[in-house]
Amino acid sequence: MIHQAAEFIFPNDMSGVAWTVMIVLYPYITGLVAGAFVVAALYHVFGRKELAPVARFALAASFSFCAFATLPLLLHLHQPQRAFFIMFMPNFTSAMAGFGFIYSFYLTLLAVEILLVFRTDIVAMAAGTGIKSLLYKVLSLGVLRETAKSKQIDAKWIHALSVIGIPAACVLHGYVGFIFGGIKANPWWSTALMPVIFLASAIVSGIAMLIVLYVVYSKVRGVKVDDECLRSMMKTLWLFLILAVTLESLELLNMAYEAGEEWHILSRLVTEKLRFTFLYVQLIIGSAIPFVLLLIGWMKKTSPRTRITLGTISGLLVLVQVLAMRFNVVIGGQMLSKSFRGFVQYVPEWYGREGILVAMGVFTLPFILLIAVTQILPVWKIDAHDH
Amino acid sequence: MSCCDNKGGKDTCCETKEAPAGFMDANESRREFIWDAVKNFTFGALTLTAIPIFVEKADAEEVHTNSDGKEVKGHTVLFGYLVDTTKCIGCGGCMLACKKENDVPDGEFRTWVERYVYYKDGSVRVDANTKGTFAFTELPPIDPKEVDKAFFVPKLCNHCLDTPCIQVCPVGASYKTKEGVVLVDYEQCIGCAYCVQACPFGTRFINTKTNTADKCTWCYHRIQHGEKPACVDVCPTGTRTFGDINDPESEISKTLAANRIDVLKSYLGTRPKTRYIGLTAEVV
Repeated sequence: MIHQAAEFIFPNDMSGVAWTVMIVLYPYITGLVAGAFVVAALYHVFGRKELAPVARFALAASFSFCAFATLPLLLHLHQPQRAFFIMFMPNFTSAMAGFGFIYSFYLTLLAVEILLVFRTDIVAMAAGTGIKSLLYKVLSLGVLRETAKSKQIDAKWIHALSVIGIPAACVLHGYVGFIFGGIKANPWWSTALMPVIFLASAIVSGIAMLIVLYVVYSKVRGVKVDDECLRSMMKTLWLFLILAVTLESLELLNMAYEAGEEWHILSRLVTEKLRFTFLYVQLIIGSAIPFVLLLIGWMKKTSPRTRITLGTISGLLVLVQVLAMRFNVVIGGQMLSKSFRGFVQYVPEWYGREGILVAMGVFTLPFILLIAVTQILPVWKIDAHDH
Repeated sequence: MSCCDNKGGKDTCCETKEAPAGFMDANESRREFIWDAVKNFTFGALTLTAIPIFVEKADAEEVHTNSDGKEVKGHTVLFGYLVDTTKCIGCGGCMLACKKENDVPDGEFRTWVERYVYYKDGSVRVDANTKGTFAFTELPPIDPKEVDKAFFVPKLCNHCLDTPCIQVCPVGASYKTKEGVVLVDYEQCIGCAYCVQACPFGTRFINTKTNTADKCTWCYHRIQHGEKPACVDVCPTGTRTFGDINDPESEISKTLAANRIDVLKSYLGTRPKTRYIGLTAEVV
């Protein structure tokens, strides 16, 4: 006789999921960091000169999001006052132990690269007197003289930091994927593909965000959207979207095809619990539709005006898709009770420390910082040597 | 005091110091210096390596009081736990004792008892006693004629030899004692809940009183003094056995040797030290 077991979750699962919406937000923010940096690197390292209009802005965006990447984690910790233990007494068998070091390294790298990219402007603006010039004097780190040689050295360093920044971004975000991928107790997480999937979706989200922000900022500033730049971003987004969705689908297909012991519960997770956020939002609304829109959008025949519309819509859809993907991984994985016989009930909290309102508040902070950075630094200026 | 401040007439040290200088060139003295350095380093390294070996050896020869109250010589204590599911009557006394002994908040569990009911139509119903004594109230009345078999399975931390929870703790707050007991340092835990995710058995939780990770300690405060964990003490049927599995004379070792023993989710390779008698394929 083949026995079929009914619903049952382990008693400790009755109190809900341990990782809340903050842990959904955290990989979402670091993904935007990594993705925006990739766009800047495409310009600085891979010679995609058509991306010049957004190259500086991409760095500023990457930095603004990076600056707040730790906040959701801090809000999540049950002992936040011990947060720095992770750097003072790291246990290196834990994938999480590297976090403090990888994060600090990356934030420093971004800050230094931004200061170097904007050095000429900072030095020029530091010349006057008053509070504003004082700010630039601080940003100049006391070096107020620029020579042809110093500019040459800066250019070399910008290139070097962009080069180092690419693997660093991969480590920063691949590591986030490994946090989940390395948990053998959870069949929804435990796959070697997880870091690659996180990385691909990070790049996708970063480019999508830059497209949307570029279009919005251009409207606000009353300037024309550079068609070549937008087209290039849409083409790159389309490519990485294919990569991300292929990897995500392969992972699921592999699980379904092998149909191992846990598939009976995973298939229910996908079709019942995550039906809306996975099948509808992540796969159809956020992947299939933008795939078609982007394809039409990056074709040469498409008019620049249509391109802007298609780019903005698909950018927004992809941003929703990646947020849904983070949700499906983080919350979806925890809905699976380790009894593999039933689902943990997920009730989103609205008002608490880890509630949705606080999460929304946290997510607005990088945008506020980004607006401040765009006020302080000429992020829309195109590097002289490209024009 | 210089080497030449000898009281007795002949100043040998100055002679030996002087003699080599006469026929040793610069290269040779450098070679000698390097050779000395290598010798000293090797000696130092060997000594430092040897210290822990001797310390461990000395430790192993200490006299331990095992959980059977006996003094054990010449081996290291390794605690283990055995659940004989064929004896469990599902009374839930163990759960109440654990809650009381360890001040476990309501709705959080260091141990619980599951019930497996196999119906003749092939369905299996699983539920858990989460309320305490005789609390299996969720199951509708069953006709014994409809049931093939039914049994109880007490659950608790497996105190694995290869623990995923210690592996993932980013600050080393989860650790294993020398007797193989897996514990949480509540002063060091940052409450990230990574261990809760990593435990395949659902035995870890975030304690809402301490705001740290929490789990069964096998009543470490009791077993250090030769007592048994509270759940073992109160079990009226002897379902739960605890003791030193390195001592062949202990009750647990004898039962382990005489029976077919199983562990939960063995395919994950965590090597649990909480072991079971009488599991079926449906028990996870």
